[in-house]
Amino acid sequence: MYRSAVYEEPLLINVASKIKKELTIDFKKIPKSLQRSKKVNIPDLDETQVIRHFHRLSQMNYGIDTGMYPLGSCTMKYNPKICERIASWDKFAGTHPCQDISTVQGNLQILFELEHMLCEITGMDYFCLQPAAGAHGEFLGMLLTRAYHESRNDSIRNEVILPDTAHGTNPASAAMAGYNLIEISSNKQGTVDLDVLEKTLSEKTACFMLTNPNTLGIFESDILEISKMVHDAGALLYYDGANMNAIMGKARPVDMGFDIVHLNLHKTFATPHGGGGPGSGPVGVNIKLEKFLPIPRIAKTQDSYYILDFDAPQSIGKIKGYFGNFSVLLKAYIYILMMGKDGLKEASDIAVLNSNYMKKKILDSKKYEMPYKNLRKHEFVLSCEKLKQDKKISAKDVAKRLLDHGFHPPTIYFPLIVKEALMIEPTETESKEDLDKYVEAFIKIAEEDASIVNNSPNNTPVKRVDEVEATKNLKLTWNMI
Amino acid sequence: MKFIPNSNIKDMMLKQIGLKNIDELFQDIPKKIRIGDIDLPKGLTQQETESKLREISEKNKSYPELLSFLGGGCKPHYIPAAVKSIVSRSEFYTAYTPYQSEASQGFLQAMFEYQSMIAELTGMDVANCSLYDGVTALSEAALMCSRITGRKTFVMPHNISWEKKCVLGNYVKGPGIKIKELMYDKKTGKINIEDLKKSIDENTAGVYIENPNFFGVFEDDINEISKIVKESGALFVVGIDPISLGVAKSPGDYNADIVIGEGRALGNQIDFGGSSLGIFACKKEYLRQMPGRIIGMTKDIEGKKAFCMTLQTREQHIRRGKATSNICTNEGLCALTASVYMSWLGSDGLFNISKTNFEAGQALAKKISSINSFDLIFDSIHFNEFVVKCPEDPNKINKKLLQKNIHGGLSLSEQYPELKNCMLLGITEVHSEQDIDRFVKALKEV
Repeated sequence: MYRSAVYEEPLLINVASKIKKELTIDFKKIPKSLQRSKKVNIPDLDETQVIRHFHRLSQMNYGIDTGMYPLGSCTMKYNPKICERIASWDKFAGTHPCQDISTVQGNLQILFELEHMLCEITGMDYFCLQPAAGAHGEFLGMLLTRAYHESRNDSIRNEVILPDTAHGTNPASAAMAGYNLIEISSNKQGTVDLDVLEKTLSEKTACFMLTNPNTLGIFESDILEISKMVHDAGALLYYDGANMNAIMGKARPVDMGFDIVHLNLHKTFATPHGGGGPGSGPVGVNIKLEKFLPIPRIAKTQDSYYILDFDAPQSIGKIKGYFGNFSVLLKAYIYILMMGKDGLKEASDIAVLNSNYMKKKILDSKKYEMPYKNLRKHEFVLSCEKLKQDKKISAKDVAKRLLDHGFHPPTIYFPLIVKEALMIEPTETESKEDLDKYVEAFIKIAEEDASIVNNSPNNTPVKRVDEVEATKNLKLTWNMI
Repeated sequence: MKFIPNSNIKDMMLKQIGLKNIDELFQDIPKKIRIGDIDLPKGLTQQETESKLREISEKNKSYPELLSFLGGGCKPHYIPAAVKSIVSRSEFYTAYTPYQSEASQGFLQAMFEYQSMIAELTGMDVANCSLYDGVTALSEAALMCSRITGRKTFVMPHNISWEKKCVLGNYVKGPGIKIKELMYDKKTGKINIEDLKKSIDENTAGVYIENPNFFGVFEDDINEISKIVKESGALFVVGIDPISLGVAKSPGDYNADIVIGEGRALGNQIDFGGSSLGIFACKKEYLRQMPGRIIGMTKDIEGKKAFCMTLQTREQHIRRGKATSNICTNEGLCALTASVYMSWLGSDGLFNISKTNFEAGQALAKKISSINSFDLIFDSIHFNEFVVKCPEDPNKINKKLLQKNIHGGLSLSEQYPELKNCMLLGITEVHSEQDIDRFVKALKEV
């Protein structure tokens, strides 16, 4: 069984024994009125102490390089090392965003070509690389939606419709852009209910936001009907690309009728999640929305010189400083170059195969159930409601026990329409051996004594963490302890 | 090597689950929209990829090959090897948001320490564990001020970067917050206090001041500014450069409510402006309106010290449309970098680096102002950036300097027509005395 490193690692301020220290500042060149009252109170350690502290912390953290990390809707695939190496070169990492463009032609070429690659993969006409994450891309999508309707003097449209399976960021992004939200219930198949959608669409609808395949991992087969209904109502159709890893080289959002698309480069295009970022959420649009895209746009002259084009009077302006998360964009560019058209398609093929393989093996055990339609794409959502009824083992318990087996758990309690949900997305970068071991662990947990499962994890640096205590008794800095 | 281990055994796997071919897995995609191919080239090997990227990279010039004095909130800083060594540990960089706290204690503790150090640095009670960048952090602060006060006007200086203005303009559209700009004093480059008094009223949700400001100038009337803002019932938002805070007064010292800033300078590469690190800190009383993730210290069931994400009911994955922000993925690794960097510096190191940056700013300004045709235009104390009036268009000067592998500052007249021929220069601890002399000599020759 798996064992994580366990250290009693003190807080940074307690790494070294405390010496009473004068923090007073003696610096005459800067007037007293501008000067800090005392030095910043952080410990003065030697490099060896700093390295050991953080090294030990790293050993108490689980990453993809540790093992399987099938967090549904997050596409935790392997992050190729070559991308890290190249992105750290001074020639890229040392460039300043305001340099004269003659000195950053390499960067501009990469951004220009990446836009075109993403256009090919999704079929969209134009891409903007500025958004720093998927949610940021959604927010840009909502701003573009607003600009589009306003340009047509159609400002009455103040509603955004979403299915009840939508990611939490979708409603949050639409609300931030000032829209009223209407959530519609899914049908018995776990997909968009066309009748409900028809009734909900109106002259007030600005946009319908959809993830396809959706968060249950089900492809919305009625997508062409949905697209027609949305467009007939005068609204736009938004594609949440969190699940793009399922359909590369199989189908394109543009052919499904989507007007705006965001992709998550840290998911589909293998850039590291970094413990929560930096990410990148580029947004693609079709031609009718092009003029509203953020500036600057990168253009290529006839003699292959790249320039920045700020001349876009109807542009919404900017959504992030400079060019977006360039280091992430660069890594995604490298990944796409390496994979090529066949590699990307193969990635989707095997991501979907791995998911259906795991699904079949787990369902055959009859220990878990899977509501809604059977065929899934790159992810599937199990319910352990029965296990909870029979043995008082909840989704959270299963998740924690998986940690003892050396695996990162799936996403739990999402989407909200599945009781005791366990959302599994293995990705294409896992081997059959690891998929089998994961399945085995999953089944074994259902057979274990509830007392063992409910008291897990045991092999992690800490036992089950008291989250209620964290909220009740807030300690958010070392000064609050 | 395509990072797909099961490629070779897919037929066996298909057979095991009772399928004949891969296409059966995609039969639910309507035929009408299925495609056969992506119109992209075939994949390259790692070695080919590296060669191609090497070739592309040669079209760039960058620090240290290019001696640059560009500022505008983004400057090169020395990055200790220890920082890269830690941040390259893949237990950290290949993890995601620590939803499963028991398997993420390392990252969580590092984020708790990051929050603690940012709170120390800014003089605030609490900090979140990052937003996208300083630009969006300002936007989120404006929304937060409006949520807290119920008011709908946000006041900010005319002299902030156009990027900040532009992004802020987009963020405030939804809630319908109006933006008012404060003029700067032409002589000092500081906020015009009279204009500030006139601009604030009972509708003002928040007032944003940068210190040092976009022109590099310290607002030495900051106590008075703070008092004026507070009297109106508005919240006081301060934008900082973290490096300056080793010597400069912390916003907590002058009663700021929210502190934001770009944190890239804390150990992160410039990276063509991204990745970036949005610093966001505030007073405890506003905690529940704060955007972004917050890490808390707690216990495990056996009473052992432990960490987890907390106050999640503010966030989109719980509260959905009613969340304080839509942010999910943030800039975790950049916050970790900042954490290691600050730990490596310690309180003395942070003071010294700040002092060095201040002194470098003074030294360069002194030498440049001694050139006949170049003048400092603001009569104020600045940090490591400052504005210089040049004898001609700075873009033209830069073209000439580039022939000597030197990049001058940012031209300001595009954004501030009144600052014709003015250039914003930035300098840090990476610039040696010889670098300064080389630059000054080159300026004399242009």
